[in-house]
Amino acid sequence: MAIWLSRSKNLVFGLRQHLGLSGIRRHVSSRSALTAPLSSTAVLRRPPPPILAGFRRESTAAEKQRDLVNQSDEEDVQELDFPGGKVSYTCELKFMPECASRRVPCYRVLDEGGNVIPLSDFSPVSEELAVKMYGKMATLQMMDNVFYEAQRQGRISFYLTSVGEEAINIASAAALSPDDVVLPQYREPGILLWRGFTLQEFANQCFGNRGDYGKGRQMPIHYGSNRHNYFTVSSPIATQLPQAAGVGYALKMEKKNACAVTFVGDGGTSEGDFHAGLNFAAVMEAPVVFICRNNGYAISTHISEQFRSDGIVVKGQAYGIRSIRVDGNDTLAVYSAVRLAREMAVTEQRPVLIEALTYRVGHHSTSDDSTKYRPADEIQYWKTTRNPVNRFRKWVERNGWWSQEEEDELRGNVRKQLLEAIQVAEKSGKQPLKELFNDVYDVPTENLAEQEVGLRELVGKYPQDYPIGFHASDS
Amino acid sequence: MSAILQGAGAATALSPFNSVDSKKLAASRRSLPVRVGGYIVARSGVSKSFPSGLRVRRSEQLIANAVATKADGAASSTSSKPGHELLLFEALQEGLEEEMERDARVCVMGEDVGHYGGSYKVTKDLAKKFGDLRVLDTPICENAFTGMGIGAAMTGLRPVVEGMNMGFLLLAFNQISNNCGMLHYTSGGQFTIPIVIRGPGGVGRQLGAEHSQRLESYFQSIPGIQMVACSTPYNAKGLMKAAIRSENPVILFEHVLLYNLKERIPDEEYVCNLEEAEMVRPGEHVTILTYSRMRYHVMQAAKTLVNKGFDPEVIDIRSLKPFDLYTIGNSVKKTHRVLIVEECMRTGGIGASLTAAINENFHDYLDAPVVCLSSQDVPTPYAGTLEEWTVVQPAQIVTAVEQLCL
Repeated sequence: MAIWLSRSKNLVFGLRQHLGLSGIRRHVSSRSALTAPLSSTAVLRRPPPPILAGFRRESTAAEKQRDLVNQSDEEDVQELDFPGGKVSYTCELKFMPECASRRVPCYRVLDEGGNVIPLSDFSPVSEELAVKMYGKMATLQMMDNVFYEAQRQGRISFYLTSVGEEAINIASAAALSPDDVVLPQYREPGILLWRGFTLQEFANQCFGNRGDYGKGRQMPIHYGSNRHNYFTVSSPIATQLPQAAGVGYALKMEKKNACAVTFVGDGGTSEGDFHAGLNFAAVMEAPVVFICRNNGYAISTHISEQFRSDGIVVKGQAYGIRSIRVDGNDTLAVYSAVRLAREMAVTEQRPVLIEALTYRVGHHSTSDDSTKYRPADEIQYWKTTRNPVNRFRKWVERNGWWSQEEEDELRGNVRKQLLEAIQVAEKSGKQPLKELFNDVYDVPTENLAEQEVGLRELVGKYPQDYPIGFHASDS
Repeated sequence: MSAILQGAGAATALSPFNSVDSKKLAASRRSLPVRVGGYIVARSGVSKSFPSGLRVRRSEQLIANAVATKADGAASSTSSKPGHELLLFEALQEGLEEEMERDARVCVMGEDVGHYGGSYKVTKDLAKKFGDLRVLDTPICENAFTGMGIGAAMTGLRPVVEGMNMGFLLLAFNQISNNCGMLHYTSGGQFTIPIVIRGPGGVGRQLGAEHSQRLESYFQSIPGIQMVACSTPYNAKGLMKAAIRSENPVILFEHVLLYNLKERIPDEEYVCNLEEAEMVRPGEHVTILTYSRMRYHVMQAAKTLVNKGFDPEVIDIRSLKPFDLYTIGNSVKKTHRVLIVEECMRTGGIGASLTAAINENFHDYLDAPVVCLSSQDVPTPYAGTLEEWTVVQPAQIVTAVEQLCL
């Protein structure tokens, strides 16, 4: 302390010698310099000197100089007090850059050849789990191919593939518990597949037949199953994000050992609901895992036209949410990250954000032809060289857990099941007329009942104008 | 201007049991037990069974009209004045509190509902009693907390979402229309959304256009939701409780100017019927259909009309979606003349839909075209005089009845 004081005294003497009494006047004149353009003098970088009224006695001047020196030494320690807490201040006029100098690195465990990168940390995966994961990834891949073809043949009206995102689908599902409530966007049927939804059940929904749990009310791929804790897909983008905050809130209130897990694409993060959902989950301290599948495209909009930030991971901090960027095509990395995120969400009761980088190999949907806005060889590259299913297969095979024979058997079986499922679904009857009016409310209201009566009369009168079986008997 | 409604502080005394509601005593619509002991039961008349299976007990005995006379109540209480007096916002709070005590899944979310007690004090002291997780203060994003309520409802809670002003719920339209109304249907009945969305709306005292919205006209088309409008402390509490107990999403419309109405309501527990209209004043000459604040303008006009020798039948429709065409129809069949008085804009309002419904269903019973008095298709201005001209006033109602009953 004494040393510091003497040091400052020397400084004061030094300053005094430099500035002398005229220093005061210079300060005064530099005050007028404040009105001059900013580039004028370095004095401006210091806190403005206390207002000096004309000439002062030397001792006062020294006091003032000492104060100035003291201030500059303690500058970093002094804090401002505003609503929102204490914050240190700076006199440097400097803006935060729009982007960090380096992009946020991406967490990965397997390299492109399916080898574990040395010194990676990841959750170990048993043979049983690995084989199941691979099997489901391959099944998802095949389901997408077969159903896509079925749409092309006119057998279903619409389909949307998850090709290229199998790792995100299956690995995240494997990392969750069955009690975790999933709110999908629409490119996550793999979660249902993992949880036990059968290929027949998928086909039923796509055909909207009597077996469809949605009772024919939604477009294909808008799966939903309360048994599997998978909320029905709703077409508008990102509406599920604030709902996920609500689910997290409900789970928190009921103190359940479960979290909400919700998915969104890169395009969906532009929606207001993204901001809303994340902000709310953070403020409510709700156990929600937000997984953003950054696959590069929102229909035809490339991410360079969607946002100007470094992807989505940097946005987490803006809401006070822990976030990570993951290689979405690396099954082990996704599995580990989601596992840890889930644990954090549940034990610490906080939201977590995961940005999974990947590539949308397929078109946006069957209503899209992506070769119109991206080169075909880019698609081919990601389909083959950067294929997540192949990559994981290499790792599983290298462990001796999978073979070509098992591969052929699996693919053959699944293909057969898929074709059968489509045939059965196609032949199954459609929903009866009463399902048009059910479930609007818990019990149909009078006006709905009237409308049903009216429709039945109409159909009865002109049966030839209505599809066969539309007015078929129902209970 | 409107003598019935005073500003803050003053209160209008309404006669205790001024209207009768059938109670959902053994309603088949839900299996929740309902306390029967201590109910005030008006003599129930015909039990009308709707084709939908909705069983509703209707009462034929009308106890009083809303304007002046004291009730000849069927209360069994021995004190000279049964029940307790409170203001409408307190009635809402009482209903909410009772339901929160009754069912631990009921929770409240909205802006400033917690320790602040709500902008209109409907959630006053609830946070103190139930904690600030169950009475949740949210950041400002209507779409977010409505979406949050929907997600929570789908997971098993029964949220009550408060919009600080109904007009702000326009920001939540996407969640309300595309998800709240639809998800029960599109999920094939797998997920229910027993949410209540409530808040004050309507034209206030010089609140400007954005704070004077009539959301019921925008929302009425959304399939899958129910809409009710309360107008007295009695029906406010009853409808709040019924809305919370309903398995469907219900939007409860309150009115900014009615929060300080005072009335004596029963001590015993009661629940109003969500789909039922309220007979305010029986009559013979003309059916006047109204709801919310306009009820009071109509009743004021009714006084004048009675003095002029008319006998109007006044019905507070309460259920904006679906309409109670049973009560309305019976009235039309009796009087053959209909006047609708509403606060909505002329185009696309509740009155427009109601006119269509009446014409469609009761055309043969009408002796004159349905007349609908509504606000003009203008944004509600701030200036007091302009604002007054945009709201239907009792004098207009009197003139309309006179013309209708020529």
